[in-house]
Amino acid sequence: MAILTQTEAQDILKKVLSFSTADECEATLNGSIGGNVRSARNSISTAGAVDNVSLAVQSRFGKRSGLATCNEFDDATLRRCVQRAEEIARLAPESPEYVPLLGPQQYLAAPASFAARTADITPDYRAQQIGASMALCEAKKLTSAGFFNDSAGFVAKRNSKGLEAYQRLTSVDFSITVRTPDGTGSGYAIANYTDLAKFDAARLTRVAAEKAASSVNAKAIEPGKYTVILEPAAAIDLFNNMMGAMDARNADEGRSFLSKKGGGNKKGEKVFDERVTIYSDPTHPEVPDLTFANDGRPQQKVTWIEKGVVKNLYSSRFWAQKAGIPDLPPPGGWIMQGGTQSTADLIKSTAKGILVTRLYYIRAVDPQTLLYTGLTRDGTFYIENGQIKFPIKNFRFNESPVIMLNNLEAIGKPVRLNGSLVPPLKIRDFAFTSLSDAV
Amino acid sequence: MKRRDFVGLTSLAAGALFLPSLPGFGHTAVDPARLLEPGADVIVKKRLADAALNAAKTAGASYADVRIGRYLNQYVFTREKQVQNIVSTESYGVGIRVLVNGCWGFASTSVVTEDSLAATARVAVDIAKANRLVQKEPVQLAPQSGYGEVSWKTPIQQGAFEVPVKQKVDLLLAANAAALDNGASYINSALFQVNEQKYFASTDGSYIDQDVHRLWPTFSATAVDTKSGKFRSRGSLSSPVGLGFEYLTPSAAEQIAGPQGTNTVGYKLRYDILADAALAGKQAKAKLSMKSVTPGKYDLVLDPGHLGLTIHESVGHPTELDRVLGYEANFAGTSFATLEWKAKNLPYGSKSVNIVADKLQPGSVGAVGYDDEGVKTREWDLIKEGKLVNYQKIRDQAHIVGQKESDGCCYAQSWEDVQFQRMPNVSLRPGTAKMSVDEMVSKVDKGIYIAGAGSFSIDQQRYNFQFGGQLFFAIEKGKITEPLEDVAYQSNTQEFWGACAGSCDQSDYRLYGTFFDGKGQPSQVSSVSHGSATTRFNGVNVINTARKV
Repeated sequence: MAILTQTEAQDILKKVLSFSTADECEATLNGSIGGNVRSARNSISTAGAVDNVSLAVQSRFGKRSGLATCNEFDDATLRRCVQRAEEIARLAPESPEYVPLLGPQQYLAAPASFAARTADITPDYRAQQIGASMALCEAKKLTSAGFFNDSAGFVAKRNSKGLEAYQRLTSVDFSITVRTPDGTGSGYAIANYTDLAKFDAARLTRVAAEKAASSVNAKAIEPGKYTVILEPAAAIDLFNNMMGAMDARNADEGRSFLSKKGGGNKKGEKVFDERVTIYSDPTHPEVPDLTFANDGRPQQKVTWIEKGVVKNLYSSRFWAQKAGIPDLPPPGGWIMQGGTQSTADLIKSTAKGILVTRLYYIRAVDPQTLLYTGLTRDGTFYIENGQIKFPIKNFRFNESPVIMLNNLEAIGKPVRLNGSLVPPLKIRDFAFTSLSDAV
Repeated sequence: MKRRDFVGLTSLAAGALFLPSLPGFGHTAVDPARLLEPGADVIVKKRLADAALNAAKTAGASYADVRIGRYLNQYVFTREKQVQNIVSTESYGVGIRVLVNGCWGFASTSVVTEDSLAATARVAVDIAKANRLVQKEPVQLAPQSGYGEVSWKTPIQQGAFEVPVKQKVDLLLAANAAALDNGASYINSALFQVNEQKYFASTDGSYIDQDVHRLWPTFSATAVDTKSGKFRSRGSLSSPVGLGFEYLTPSAAEQIAGPQGTNTVGYKLRYDILADAALAGKQAKAKLSMKSVTPGKYDLVLDPGHLGLTIHESVGHPTELDRVLGYEANFAGTSFATLEWKAKNLPYGSKSVNIVADKLQPGSVGAVGYDDEGVKTREWDLIKEGKLVNYQKIRDQAHIVGQKESDGCCYAQSWEDVQFQRMPNVSLRPGTAKMSVDEMVSKVDKGIYIAGAGSFSIDQQRYNFQFGGQLFFAIEKGKITEPLEDVAYQSNTQEFWGACAGSCDQSDYRLYGTFFDGKGQPSQVSSVSHGSATTRFNGVNVINTARKV
């Protein structure tokens, strides 16, 4: 049931709209199938399966709107769902930020967002993958804890103004933490793909195992400002947090790192090093994504930062109209343009520095400057004369991605993580503020 | 489906709470009136549960439990003068857990009929049998005698769903107006209301019907100085509570003044949202021109609304037995407080550190009569006079630490999620000698008083942490001198608790709490409270968080 075809989905949605008596009605079907396996202490700890389709109906009378959902699709249930959305809408207060539903839209095609191989994953396959990964660690006398999660699904949308959308998506996620039995070494690897063909649990497990074995007997060095190489798994969260703060309304209201002294926002200003270019593209073959947003707006290729200059901010439809700016929804993932160098290449060109595998427990300290704190984890190493010299104890950092992307030494080759393309980054004067005993 | 759906909600980050399109966890949106309708009768639920238990036993389970859950939520979101969203949701279904040959299996269904429950029980047994092939450590379940047919209800005075939505909206909009009238440029406010109607039955012979209520009013007020481009926020000093709507009826007896010179107010089991919002407007504006802290060592005097989060991160999490054993190594992390560490009998903190776990405290969000595997809840010591004496554990963990029974802290966020060990309320006992917050401040030579929870971060083994706050005041020679900004303190769990110089007495005791403690993969959220009285910590490292971009 879970992955309906375009025709099956739109037939249900047409029926839903036929039951509507509201001024405007929009119906969205969302379905997914998939499963997960979790392991710890070299043994499977939990396993689960997901199989779910749900319908959301939004009905509007004037500026009043109501939402109802259901997960059965016989006529009587569909009719009740529409009636409930209409009842809720009648009771709702008028929204001063009302914007009419969108009419017909042209969407880009992103066929690569769905891979049959991912959709066909079986519970046996999951168990085999995690089992093989555990066996690899056991053979090296290491302890692993991992999580494998896959999903295949679709989104279909239709409204009373003629908008129609449909797309299928798949994703597979794997992460693994490998530790030495005495708890003095720890390594980590993570990957996320649309197509299972790219997935290699053994390779990822070996990376994590190597980091675990080579991070034992870490030395303590003084906290302070260091040149760091952030592997993509270390850079991703700070990168996503920064891009997640590029909302136009917050900037215009004076409460964003992109707010300008005296009012307005920093669109058009150079805020970062000129090598920083960040865009989104739902048709990118490495990170294909939905070509429409939740509210039906098209997702297109958009440049957000170009050569260090802020080019666009995203916003709600209401704010785009009010502020008279391009009507851009926030995208599902981000792409940072990089070079050709691997993390290993970046290490080779470093006289003195620190290699960071992963940053953990990142929390905002000051939204004004985008200052974040967090800690290194699962493999932190001292680099001298282009070589990893020894593992070092973990640090707490207090740093802003805005400052980081002005202290840029080099950008490596981007890697897919969590639906984004993120390069390894070499950054000078990265602020470590204290030592941690955690392994 | 999407990768980052609930990421923000699993943290305690206040900013993440203001998502106007917040969905329930697999919940169905319903008319608010639906939340007042009663769920299935216990006679029906017992019959349904027995169908599942019998099917599980017939299929080969040595133990089985059934949770028939009806989860009702209502969230109201506003900003400034307008309502952003009102969401009412219902989720109804059944989760069945079975033990077969020492291996767990779990399955759930939203089709609540005897046939469906029996079939789901058989699916759970099949999963347990499949998992048996890769299981290395057979489950040992601590024995638990059945309680027969029993029930428990959160002792509330007024169910939040019985209050008309308009009244709730009006209250939030009035709070918004109070903040805006007093200096705030913007405000977001929200009211979270939760009712878990849970029926638990097990092959031990328990049939437990529970009606659990929780409430959380909250806001964040922001002041903007367009000229300088500076902005500052002040969050509400409310707490999530295990109370009804009565929490929002102010009571002088349930308020306690902060130290002289701070003009702060702490709230116990009643909250004055209008007064707090008005004060927040003033304080957010004042923050724009406060003195930036000089970094260095300070004696910290921490208000319970702040200290609760530090207790949560530095004591609550490291004493969870599943983390200690490595089951959370790939996600939430492990713990420094391993069994080997405990055996060394090293100090966790100073002699004045006495920390207790419980699922009982009235008004706490952790309070229930029985946990989600049918164990009557209780209170137990975690830290006594600075020494770790026990962990948090459930039925399949008790034997690992040589104990015979569970602590009763098993929980699942919904019927469709499997239950596992979750943090109970973890609280610092107040001082036994009479001590007011003013007396405590009067003895501090160079210090900072901190109220309200702010930024928080701690490593995966719970050594190194950094906390911010909402309000900071300098203490010099026993007196509050001026408010401060850009304050965060960094410390190490054992150093910090070792520097604990005592707490105020019971009259200052208050509960801090959260709705969104996250653990597990796939992640589940859980509610937990942390009680304490204002407490002093000597010589803690304070950093300045101001930066220029």
